[in-house]
Amino acid sequence: MEYFIQQSINGLTLGSIYGLIAIGYTMVYGIIGMINFAHGDVFMLGAFMAMIVFLALATFIGGVPVVLALLLMMIVAMLLTGLWSWTIERLAYRPLRGSFRLAPLITAIGMSIALSNFVQVTQGPRNKPIPPLVNGGITIYGTSITIAYKQMVIIIVTAILLAAFWYLVNKTTLGRAQRSCEQDRKMAALLGVDVDRTISMTFVMGAMLAAVAGTLYLMFYGVISFTDGFVPGVKAFTAAVLGGIGSLPGAVVGGLLIGLIEALWSAYFSIDYKDVAAFSILAIVLIFLPSGILGRPEVEKV
Amino acid sequence: MKPIVDIEPKESDSVFAKALKEGLIAGALALGLFCLIVGFRTDQNIRNELILTQRWGLLTIFVLVAAVARFVITYTAPWREERKKTKRVVEAKEPSAFRKSFPKIGLALLFVYPFLVITILALSQWYFTGQWSYQSGVQGSLKYVDNFGIQILIYVMLAWGLNIVVGLAGLLDLGYVAFYAVGAYSYALLSTHFGFSFWLLLPMAGIFAATWGVILGFPVLRLRGDYLAIVTLAFGEIIRLILINWTAVTKGTFGISGIAKATLFGIPFVPGPNGFAALLGLPNSGVYYKIFLYYLILLLALLTAWVTIRLRRMPIGRAWEALREDEIACRSLGINTTTTKLTAFATGAMFGGFAGSFFAARQGFVSPESFVFLESAIILAMVVLGGMGSLVGIAIAAAVMIGGTELLRELEFLKRVFGNDFTPELYRMLLFGLAMIVVMVWKPRGFVGSREPSAFLHKRKVVSGEFTKEGHG
Repeated sequence: MEYFIQQSINGLTLGSIYGLIAIGYTMVYGIIGMINFAHGDVFMLGAFMAMIVFLALATFIGGVPVVLALLLMMIVAMLLTGLWSWTIERLAYRPLRGSFRLAPLITAIGMSIALSNFVQVTQGPRNKPIPPLVNGGITIYGTSITIAYKQMVIIIVTAILLAAFWYLVNKTTLGRAQRSCEQDRKMAALLGVDVDRTISMTFVMGAMLAAVAGTLYLMFYGVISFTDGFVPGVKAFTAAVLGGIGSLPGAVVGGLLIGLIEALWSAYFSIDYKDVAAFSILAIVLIFLPSGILGRPEVEKV
Repeated sequence: MKPIVDIEPKESDSVFAKALKEGLIAGALALGLFCLIVGFRTDQNIRNELILTQRWGLLTIFVLVAAVARFVITYTAPWREERKKTKRVVEAKEPSAFRKSFPKIGLALLFVYPFLVITILALSQWYFTGQWSYQSGVQGSLKYVDNFGIQILIYVMLAWGLNIVVGLAGLLDLGYVAFYAVGAYSYALLSTHFGFSFWLLLPMAGIFAATWGVILGFPVLRLRGDYLAIVTLAFGEIIRLILINWTAVTKGTFGISGIAKATLFGIPFVPGPNGFAALLGLPNSGVYYKIFLYYLILLLALLTAWVTIRLRRMPIGRAWEALREDEIACRSLGINTTTTKLTAFATGAMFGGFAGSFFAARQGFVSPESFVFLESAIILAMVVLGGMGSLVGIAIAAAVMIGGTELLRELEFLKRVFGNDFTPELYRMLLFGLAMIVVMVWKPRGFVGSREPSAFLHKRKVVSGEFTKEGHG
């Protein structure tokens, strides 16, 4: 039992990161119906930004408290990754709006290839290790279950961000505009919603969450490389589909589920096949729930 | 009535001022984008710790390029508008004789390509050195036949195979490379373990891949659109992960090497008295095998094209296209969507399997590295850039994309410009990705943006690209 709880905690940590990335996929899909394949690489870019900020702090200032350093890494990574995402949307996706469905998918794939290779060219192909930022952990009294502080940081940051995000989507003008665009873009435009701006902001928000996920990933694993965007990206997309694409709580639930499946499968069965397990469960869930766990069933109009 | 908002252009709105402003904004944007990722470089020192190197010069260049480019674009915008207006109105006209017969010319060129290359190389040798030697042309042609000819044709065949699934049946398949892998590994395993010949295993690889297509197809048929896409992507990844992890059979990432070569009616391509070269009395060379492979893949690709063209005229092909346009209408008209989708998946997968077994025979080595998602994405990009359903367009897209990236390998001369540290290979995939974006934005309908309806009542018409959206056939 203790082993199970321990592995579940590890799974939830991993799942929080997937959930944060999955929100970016699901929001963009909900609003313009497009799979943003470059999102995984935006996440990787965010982690690189955080890594460079960390090094810059260590080189030029030195001796910054860990909390402050983490906060700075997150904020700078969020701002710059948001800017990147805004530019990407402007250059690669907006000109193709109104074109057929596969056109932006192809530019997104092109952007994904370009982004990872751009980082390879500018930062070099090797892994980038950073010293551990957060050490130690606590053991729950009377058991052998330990929660590392960095796991706590991940879960707490994710929870705070999700609360802020929920507020943004449900209680602000921007969130209302987003939800209206999701329902009917043309009608929203007629009612005075600036659709282009709303879509841009959606991309920026998704990228900001991905940047935080990148920072947390960097803090947790302590290493990042230019190829690290693909696998978490695909897993997060899987999570978004599993939870029901277009549904924000679904993305989080899907992310946590994928994280749990991965951690428990590696704990009890084989670590080599953990990704196979995650993908197979996706296929099985979709067979029985064709629109995901929390997705709305698609209404067929004849 | 007086207009509420004064929309008369003011003095300050002059083009120059506007362009300057836009240029400055673009510069500031570029500064924000690149300040960390270009301004600093991270390198490991001896103790494996990261150290920062500052690159403000490079950052300045990036910012200046962005600002100047934006300035020029905005400044010349009115002038370009003018030119577009004065351009003559394009009238719909009969395609020129060249365009009409382009497929035939292209086909003829493909059939003589190896000999053309050999002759050109021999001629240039003769021109520069004065020695006529056909053999040197044969030797020199290796690179062009192998790297360009065979490589491009493999992708043409894969793209034509995927076209059946995506272009005709309208099912988005992001894991096509899985079938390619199934074909390659079934040839590699069965030929190394049981010693079966290429000609027996080629159809078997196709059958295996088609079986996998059906196995994948069954559960996912209920899914629509992008759910299907993610399941096919997951399937591609599952196949690759199994190839990596099932080391007892597939030898994991080491791959399977020493796969038998294909033979021509039992004549092996080996040096020695029984080899192809010796039997024809030619000097020994590896080129003959490559030329043989070239024709083999050319015929396989043409088989794919022929089957596609024939199927489009058969009820099943019509059903695929109807399915792409409107699934509900399809069902109302009594088409069994399940079998229609399954046959599309299986047919597409079969050609992927053929291409896979050819790939294994050509390389003599297979490893999971060759079957990553990027390959699926590239093949899909060819289908879309080629114009979804147009065989000629897809072939052109494949030739441009693969030929272009192969050409980028030949950029050694850039070392003389940028110094010896400059490695052009690094920029290959970066340029590839950027080119994909630029081409798609520039020509959203693909290279061939029009298509002929497959069924017509009175006379043939060409449907403009504007109408070839899904559901607007």
